[in-house]
Amino acid sequence: MKGTVRLKTGLAEMLKGGVIMDVTTPEQAKIAEDSGACAVMALERVPADIRAQGGVARMADPTVVKRIMDAVSIPVMAKARIGHFVEARILEAIGVDYIDESEVLTPADDKHHIDKRTFTVPFVCGCRNLGEALRRMAEGAAMVRTKGEPGTGNVVEAVRHCRQVMDEIRILCALPEDEVANYAKNCGAPLEVAIAVRKKGRLPVVNFAAGGIATPADAAVMMHLGCDGVFVGSGIFKSGDPKKRAGAIVQAVTNYRNYALLAEISRDLGEPMAGIEISAITPAERMQERGW
Amino acid sequence: MPTVGVLALQGAFREHMAVLLRMGTRAVEIRQREHIDGIDALIIPGGESTTIGRLLAEWNMLAHLKERIQAGMPVYGSCAGLILLCKTIENSDQPSLGVLDIRVRRNAFGRQTDSFETKLTMPELGRTPFHAVFIRAPVITEVGPGVRVLAEFDRMAVAVRRDNVLATSFHPELTQDMRLHRYFMKKMCETGVN
Repeated sequence: MKGTVRLKTGLAEMLKGGVIMDVTTPEQAKIAEDSGACAVMALERVPADIRAQGGVARMADPTVVKRIMDAVSIPVMAKARIGHFVEARILEAIGVDYIDESEVLTPADDKHHIDKRTFTVPFVCGCRNLGEALRRMAEGAAMVRTKGEPGTGNVVEAVRHCRQVMDEIRILCALPEDEVANYAKNCGAPLEVAIAVRKKGRLPVVNFAAGGIATPADAAVMMHLGCDGVFVGSGIFKSGDPKKRAGAIVQAVTNYRNYALLAEISRDLGEPMAGIEISAITPAERMQERGW
Repeated sequence: MPTVGVLALQGAFREHMAVLLRMGTRAVEIRQREHIDGIDALIIPGGESTTIGRLLAEWNMLAHLKERIQAGMPVYGSCAGLILLCKTIENSDQPSLGVLDIRVRRNAFGRQTDSFETKLTMPELGRTPFHAVFIRAPVITEVGPGVRVLAEFDRMAVAVRRDNVLATSFHPELTQDMRLHRYFMKKMCETGVN
């Protein structure tokens, strides 16, 4: 049996406690692997560049993805536009290990996400709240990530989204049985998936943090808030010393409670990526608003 | 009762902890070198073997763990854990403990879309076949003297044991079947190997 839910969610389980790094070249992918990344995300431009350059952001050229797959032995993920099931089929045909149906790219469908259940390859999707997470799971996402605000180097939105999801899970789990349906309706969550959350006391799939993580301390704070691992997009290869910063973030995720160690690994990392204050981005330009 | 440490640097350590706790075993997470001293047995979970290997090397845990295992501490490694225990990795120069005389090929079945579930015959666990989950799994291409093959898939070894060292290419921690963990506890941890 291939492409089962257990295999799809299972790979995400294996990524837990790890860092998934955005890379645009085989050389960057190698640096990420050597620094201890548990997977890489292959793309043409990191979110900070997509934000700066504007225009329509699409799936990466298959050649770029393939070269990155050939360069490393760790899992390789790639992004497809929201709702663009043909981009996703192409990535599946190339043989990527995970597809990110991502708000970082320009959405291709303003109403529907990809029906991810029909694929053999697993999907990860972004969320800002429990309803969004559970809708993605109902569509077949085998892993979720809080969205944050990509390409900003500003962790505030990642924190907000993570707290929001965790808060709603706590409320959902504490509700009396006869109030569950109404709560699910109000937060836009399908009832069956909401019931699965209550059974487990947490999301039934792995949840990583994403969107604005730039330092080891940022990564550690997301782990404290209950995330299972982190995606770092622009934060590594837009910084002064990518190799050193990548290694430090990997260590921070494993030992997020060890403050003496965090102090040690946070030293002399070179320039972090320049950040953007969220209020300086108009709501229409915020990537987190994409997804339905 | 022995205390089992689960290496918790990265990967599916939560699942192994859950199985051990369900069996009523005393289990602790191992994140630092100092944690190793308090344990009687060790499980190395699935995850990304390059990541776990790098962290083991960086925090000087490799030599210490190797010493304990060579002195007889029972250890079980699943998937990435198998790679970390083996002596030779065909297609990588990543760090490993080198305590199990086998040759391993990483990602031997292909990429994630080639990951699969199947039933394995494993006489040591009884007559009921074992439901095995293979995720970007390695295979064992050569076994050294004294290494017993406990299960095969497609004529390739996917579960082996030598004395106090047990390793599988698949993930029993992702299913409800606790027989392999029970085997590890009963046959390897509670028999005074240590």
